[in-house]
Amino acid sequence: MSALTLAVRDSSTMLRRNLLHARRYPSLTLNLLLTPIMMLLLFVYIFGDVMSAGIGGGGADRADYIAYIVPGILLMTIGGTVVGTAVSVSNDMTEGIIARFRAMAIHRGAVLVGHVVSSVLQSVMSVLLVGAVGVAIGFRSTDATALEWLAAFGLLALFATALTWIAVGMGLISPNAEAASNNALPMILLPLLSSAFIPVDSMPGWFQPFAEYQPFTPAIETLRGLLLGSEIGHNGWLAVAWCVGLTVLGYFWSISKFSDDPK
Amino acid sequence: MPSTVMPMPNNQSNQGQRPPAAVSALGLRKSYGPKTVLDGVDLTVPEGTVFALLGPNGAGKTTVVKILSTLVSAGPGTGEIRVGGHDLAADPQAVRAAIGVTGQFSAVDGLITGEENMLLMADLHHFPRSEGKRVAAELLERFDLVEAAKKPASTYSGGMKRRLDIAMTLVGDPRIIFLDEPTTGLDPRSRHNMWGIIRELVAGGVTVFLTTQYLEEADELADRIAVLNDGRIAAEGTAEELKRLVPGGHVRLRFTDPAAYRFAALAVREATGDDEALTLSIPSGGSQRELRSILDWLDAAEIEADELTVHTPDLDDVFFALTGPTGPTAPTGPAASATVPNQTKENVR
Repeated sequence: MSALTLAVRDSSTMLRRNLLHARRYPSLTLNLLLTPIMMLLLFVYIFGDVMSAGIGGGGADRADYIAYIVPGILLMTIGGTVVGTAVSVSNDMTEGIIARFRAMAIHRGAVLVGHVVSSVLQSVMSVLLVGAVGVAIGFRSTDATALEWLAAFGLLALFATALTWIAVGMGLISPNAEAASNNALPMILLPLLSSAFIPVDSMPGWFQPFAEYQPFTPAIETLRGLLLGSEIGHNGWLAVAWCVGLTVLGYFWSISKFSDDPK
Repeated sequence: MPSTVMPMPNNQSNQGQRPPAAVSALGLRKSYGPKTVLDGVDLTVPEGTVFALLGPNGAGKTTVVKILSTLVSAGPGTGEIRVGGHDLAADPQAVRAAIGVTGQFSAVDGLITGEENMLLMADLHHFPRSEGKRVAAELLERFDLVEAAKKPASTYSGGMKRRLDIAMTLVGDPRIIFLDEPTTGLDPRSRHNMWGIIRELVAGGVTVFLTTQYLEEADELADRIAVLNDGRIAAEGTAEELKRLVPGGHVRLRFTDPAAYRFAALAVREATGDDEALTLSIPSGGSQRELRSILDWLDAAEIEADELTVHTPDLDDVFFALTGPTGPTAPTGPAASATVPNQTKENVR
């Protein structure tokens, strides 16, 4: 068996294990879904009137704000899902079965790849669910072509992969579930400091560079552009660069942490 | 008296008539920060034998197993380690393919069922689906887990978890099995079951490397025993050889009448007495000839004890003598047939 078929076979075995876990114990995934849906409803129906006044140079109404906020909420959903990944990786590493895997002649990265693929699939499912809620309360794409829809899905999957690899590394360095959930907090906080809820140019001047260039904003702006036809500009390349960079960084970080002697 | 010089895994012995070693390690070292856990441990386990690493908590037993099973890296200065004919440092994957490991803490996935755990192992050994199912079913049957097969492993009792653990280790038919404290925390029945399982494995030609803190267990199962204390091998040999390391075999006479006790104490000069318990201990190796001569002599002296017991040193005596806080007490004289390696630093490079 070649190294690649071995890697694919072992990783898919591990993926089956992770999916079995997710299917048997869906409560963690469902809890994490609750946050973006709550945020969506909160910002649209409670803060909506005030928030909509701040976009599009005034004159915008609640419907406009739904269109503005949904792309950000979708990416926030991914941020929330990967917190679950960090927690489940950290939990998993305390299990004796991981020591068993390490002492078996299987592909070294298989355990982590199983976690990543399972988590990305969960992110996609969550995005679809939250997206459905968005559509139910009135979100509509203005003029997205099939290609733009495809690109939007591709971006979401790529972004999920990037954040998941980082979350796996965070899970690996966390001694327990509480620490993992604390370490992964930026995944939930960063969307609040992005253009998800309010435009970057309405933020204080000194803060704008951070908000504009952190990973979430370019991804959100690109998604808006694809679905709503707004200007994407340099955000497209920036988003892809962030995704690729974080994936590579997260991958090598995680593999090296996993290869370390267990404590 | 058989010569039982510890087989040193050096080049000369490898060329010789000895059977190939399933496990050999030279100068095993490991430190965690400033704490030295293993300070030059030499081990050789011939194929098809049971080797027990015996030691108190914290002696470094688990660290030895973790290193030999590729879970943690050996410390700097460690010599060559070969497991299953493969160099552990150069080809850890080949070592992993040759071994099965059951760690001290349950290595089962508690979130999925026993059967799913078994199928997971079959998949990771790249068995075809149907063969995987067959092997899983066979092992579940063999380890009496059929009834519980569809329940999550987290609901299993300690003994069941341990059986599932071993069953998972046996998928793929490893020729060398490491068992780290396989019976710790098990009730007596489960412990005896586990011993039966280990004996079956050995009957099938498997090499077993086990660690234990129970002397009885090492005595029951192992062909050779090494006593690990404070990161070093304090002694190595068969159970019988180790027992001979420690003086202490004696015949104990117990009296109920203080007058009879005092009379006997005066008559038997070499005996040590316990005035409170009214017992006398006469040194003896416990052989039939020695016993008869003691009995004859007691009859001749008209001493009649109410109870006579023969006490041969057991592994407990060895254990306490070798692992006491003052370190190993080097045995002297011809009785010391097992090897107590001289812990010099000559292996340090």
